Amino acid sequence: MQDRPSAAELLAAVRAFLEDDLLPQLEGRRRFHALVAANVLSIVEREMAQGESHLRAEHARLASLLGAAAHDGTLAALRDAVRGANERLAERIRAGDADAGPFGEAVRAHLRATTEEKLAVANPRYGSAKPG
Amino acid sequence: MRRLAGGASRELWLVTLAGTDPSRLVLRRDPPGHVIESSRQGEFQLLRAAADAGVPVPRVHWCEDDPAILGSSFFLMDFVEGEALARRLLRDEAYAGARAALPEQLAQALAAIHRMDAGADAGLARPVEGATPAEAELERFAQILHGMAPDPHPVLELAIRWLGRRLPPAGRVALVHGDYRIGNVLFGPEGLRAVLDWELAHLGDPMEDVGWLCVRSWRFGADERPVGGLCDRERFWAAYAAAGGDAVDPAVARWWEVFGNLKWAVICIMQAQTFLNGVRNVELASLGRRTVEMELELLDLMGA
Repeated sequence: MQDRPSAAELLAAVRAFLEDDLLPQLEGRRRFHALVAANVLSIVEREMAQGESHLRAEHARLASLLGAAAHDGTLAALRDAVRGANERLAERIRAGDADAGPFGEAVRAHLRATTEEKLAVANPRYGSAKPG
Repeated sequence: MRRLAGGASRELWLVTLAGTDPSRLVLRRDPPGHVIESSRQGEFQLLRAAADAGVPVPRVHWCEDDPAILGSSFFLMDFVEGEALARRLLRDEAYAGARAALPEQLAQALAAIHRMDAGADAGLARPVEGATPAEAELERFAQILHGMAPDPHPVLELAIRWLGRRLPPAGRVALVHGDYRIGNVLFGPEGLRAVLDWELAHLGDPMEDVGWLCVRSWRFGADERPVGGLCDRERFWAAYAAAGGDAVDPAVARWWEVFGNLKWAVICIMQAQTFLNGVRNVELASLGRRTVEMELELLDLMGA
């Protein structure tokens, strides 16, 4: 067990340094990259908070779509299992299995849920656009 | 020399010369080690042809392919005074006039690009024999995705499948800019000043540019106006036809808009791959996590 501050608290400290101390002194390309860097840190902070529960939810949905792949419960094994299931799902889609019908509908519902979870980490302000 | 902002895949430098007219030039250079490969010479010649066709572009002066001079290919062009930042265009009071004028100006410039002599530019990529431009582009980006992505992307597979089952008929083959959008044009308070970033130009379906301009990312948050955050699709299509462009079939334009979102998702993955290959650039790294934005938009556009 590492001493406090936690990894999340350290990240928050680095992001505050970037945003409060560095950014006001920068301009042009450096300023743009510092803004991107601060945004990257906030992605990592959100992933630390939500990543595991999203991964477990995605795994559960993939298991009900494709049948469960065994894993030993560690996070690394879970990640491998999800990756493998996504490869099988991609193959099924390429083969046309998800073009229509109940499997197609279930795949779309799963992919919307997964996409919304990914966005909650990558860019929580980005929702569906109003139809134009 | 000063490095200019922008250009994730190309370096841009402002060069100020003493005692010459013009005194300010822009140097466009390939950064070493990039995944996207295109020829500086081709872009240089295109800019020259576009100027002759009446498209607002910077005047070009010198192109050099010998890496002994500056380490990689580059060319020099006039510095055009103007703003490129989309968020300023779409939000600042100073650009209200530009917002009003740009839909028609962008339509006129695009119609002029699509009327350029496509056959004269022998060096440009063209659709493979026996395939329509839509088929060829879809196949090309599917192959890039499958050859490069470090992870499977079921939403993009769904989009490839959706697009493959709805291919538009072969249209006229024209010179396609390939990256015609807000963010790649210079504007002033009065409107359009220059069309930039010709590195993805190729021969193909002119509707490719029409669809790409409507990709959600180029609305920069002004989502209620689908064409670059400026206006609705119908106004742009009418202005494009009035300027001498082809009549727009909404279903074909929609196909290319869906394709544009797929293409931008694949490019984000390519940019992230450039970072993973060792180019240490935080912007390239962050683009990998933008892929999901196009995935959401693709699900919306497919009605899924």
